[in-house]
Amino acid sequence: MRLWQRRAILLFPYAWLLLFFLAPFVIVVKISLSQTAIAQPPYVPVLDVSAGWAGLEGFFSALSLDAYRLLVSDPIYLLSYLKSLTVAAVSTVILLVVGYPIAYGVARSPRHWQPLLVMAVVLPFWTSFLIRVYAWINILQRDGLLNDILMRLHIIAAPQAWLASDTAIYIGMVYSYLPFMVLPLYATLEKIDMTLLEAASDLGCTPLRAFWRVTFPLSVPGITAGVLLCFIPIVGEFVIPDLLGSSESLMIGQTLWTEFFANRDWPVASAIAVTLLGILVAPIMLYERLQRRQLEMFE
Amino acid sequence: MKRNISIFNVTSVVFGLAFLYLPITILVVYSFNASRLVTVWSGWSLAWYRELFSDEAMIAAAWTSLRIAALSATAATVLGTLAAIALTRFGRFRGRVAFSGMIYAPLVMPEVITGLSLLLLFVALNVDRGFWTVVLAHTTLTMCFVTVIVQSRLVDFDRSVEEAAMDLGCPPFKTFVIVTLPLILPAIAAGWMLAFSLSLDDLVIASFTSGPGATTLPMRIYSEVRLGVKPEVNAVCTIMIAVVALGTVTASLMAKRGARRREPAALAAQV
Repeated sequence: MRLWQRRAILLFPYAWLLLFFLAPFVIVVKISLSQTAIAQPPYVPVLDVSAGWAGLEGFFSALSLDAYRLLVSDPIYLLSYLKSLTVAAVSTVILLVVGYPIAYGVARSPRHWQPLLVMAVVLPFWTSFLIRVYAWINILQRDGLLNDILMRLHIIAAPQAWLASDTAIYIGMVYSYLPFMVLPLYATLEKIDMTLLEAASDLGCTPLRAFWRVTFPLSVPGITAGVLLCFIPIVGEFVIPDLLGSSESLMIGQTLWTEFFANRDWPVASAIAVTLLGILVAPIMLYERLQRRQLEMFE
Repeated sequence: MKRNISIFNVTSVVFGLAFLYLPITILVVYSFNASRLVTVWSGWSLAWYRELFSDEAMIAAAWTSLRIAALSATAATVLGTLAAIALTRFGRFRGRVAFSGMIYAPLVMPEVITGLSLLLLFVALNVDRGFWTVVLAHTTLTMCFVTVIVQSRLVDFDRSVEEAAMDLGCPPFKTFVIVTLPLILPAIAAGWMLAFSLSLDDLVIASFTSGPGATTLPMRIYSEVRLGVKPEVNAVCTIMIAVVALGTVTASLMAKRGARRREPAALAAQV
């Protein structure tokens, strides 16, 4: 393709992402350094370009670290971050333990079945997140199915409160993110050369040992991808803890939501977002490198 | 190649699929329950669907959502396909690392961050929030998913057909339009479908970037769900599941016609 054609092709998506993905982050950082005000928009200072140099100077001298000071001084925020990281770490471990056997089973199934099974795993991912979380409310609520079944089986005597608990959050997380764990695992497991396992067994390796010495090490790229694809979004998850969790200890996504929608404190909400991004920047970059490498492998 | 499937393999797949499908199935079945209570089954009924179709606010929200999804998916497909071409065919151009970073980051970025930052952009640009700001926000999010799907098709694409066309004197751009584009069309269609369903699904980004008069279906469902389980919500969810399942099966059949053996890997790349 000619150079101008290439430039034209690149220009649109590049400009779009610069404007709608990168520029907003700069604005978030700026507003996190502002102060709340009863105004429209509800923060000061507002950059006044028409005032020229004096306006710019006034703007920079009015920036403050107040929002960040609040994040450090009020334990509510620290607890939210810790809760989010704990929930994300525990959920990711459960997802890996639950997802690996499923991915392994699909990869071992007959070839002509595999596309169908993969589609069966993907299909729930295409249906709404909200619907999938809501489906669990039907089951977990006080007069829901789970209590009904457990009471009929005489396992419990009185209805238990399953909703509004960490258990419900974990069920929701594992349920919603399972396809994100299974698919990358399957993609690497499917590529493993079975003759390697035959060689291991010919040399006297037991199947279990062959799994740990051959299959597992070869599936590490899939594990990394799956773990990152689950861990990063779960840290900032809002819908699942909001609908299934208790209102006593909030995850950071809920805290941000509350600051923004209920308290209308835009600078603090922005500071929460900037700090969250700071925590997640390392795993996000790792994920990007993984994706880029995968792409370059084909070139 | 020797393949031995153990009982363990079969059990884990069966249990995995049961875990994924049971809650959705229960939801669908109970949308036809005559009783208001989930635990009481009092026969099949379409009462909740009738109630749903007389709920004007819900219908309006569904209509808004469908229009937003169609518009943003179309824009995202154009932008995402261009981005995929740039990433797979342009080699190492300047700014490539930054570009691919901006493509992959939104895939994992927590929605609260994307939503808040887009909202603040719209406020800074003094744009009135409403229908169109949600379209712009969804386009930004979903174009990255389209890129990943189209790109996975472009990388395992047999380039000898393009070379043959060019050897026969076809200029590169024309080769792209008459040879490459038809071959990657199934992936582009699948990308549109994914973008459409992601937009239809999104609650968080829409809540941040929407304004008065532009309530989307997930926003409406969310406010109903917060008040407790309602059978009408079961009914609207069932309709959405039916629409998405139908679309997905159609898209995958289309993709199958185009893609060769690497189908599973291409599907895996969608996530």
